[in-house]
Amino acid sequence: MSEPAWIWRSEHVIPSQPGAGCDAIHEVLEKLGNSNWDDSDIFSVQLAMEEAVVNAVKHGNRLDDRKMVRINSHLAKDLIRIEISDEGSGFDPESIPDPTEECHRDAPGGRGVMLMRNFMSSITFNAAGNQVLMEKRRGEPGRSSSCTE
Amino acid sequence: MAEYQRLTVNEVGDVSVVRFRDQKIIDNLNIQELGRELARLVEVDQRGKLLLNFSAVEFLSSAALGKLITLDKKVKAAGGVLKLCRIQPEIYEVFAITKLNRLFDIKEDESDALASF
Repeated sequence: MSEPAWIWRSEHVIPSQPGAGCDAIHEVLEKLGNSNWDDSDIFSVQLAMEEAVVNAVKHGNRLDDRKMVRINSHLAKDLIRIEISDEGSGFDPESIPDPTEECHRDAPGGRGVMLMRNFMSSITFNAAGNQVLMEKRRGEPGRSSSCTE
Repeated sequence: MAEYQRLTVNEVGDVSVVRFRDQKIIDNLNIQELGRELARLVEVDQRGKLLLNFSAVEFLSSAALGKLITLDKKVKAAGGVLKLCRIQPEIYEVFAITKLNRLFDIKEDESDALASF
């Protein structure tokens, strides 16, 4: 499959500190806003980026100042692709207990990856589990919208 | 009684109506402080009926959800009642995806919520 025609790219390398991803995230959101993406899409991208960066900084690099987090963003006319990688040992996303199961519903953590999956069009982890590639297509409802409650 | 930094609290009858000062509940340090202040409502101030009004909240992360879940446990342990209201549609979707809309008693309006205590 051919690559989309990218019209904007950015790369940030940030230290493993809480809040260090703010500028990178703000830059992407501003670009989407300037490209007339709707608020719902921008909300989805922000949610996924916030969760992914927190995962990389806190769980991946364990707040180790010597380790960095890389955020690469690519924008095409109707697609945003974001790749976030850390220098941690990785994790198995399938090992996270399903927080919607009755027995885990009152657990305070474990919802970040679920939200990323539901608000983005696709997310893929590398084999090591220390890099996530997320895509959002403009105007495409999140996966939750097709769920029946 | 010490001021809250992340919350405002008003008494309506015997219900404490709690609003969030932050439009976006993202920052890790603020979320930690929010968690401490929510716990204080129950453990120190011993408020038994809590209504969290989300009208000002435009965004919240899963870490913030964790603080709400911890609050729910504390309220239940103390024999109190916790309800939520005025959640904007995109934020409600976060609750629905994570099925926390089944854990929490969520009302549309503050007046409906107050009447239901």
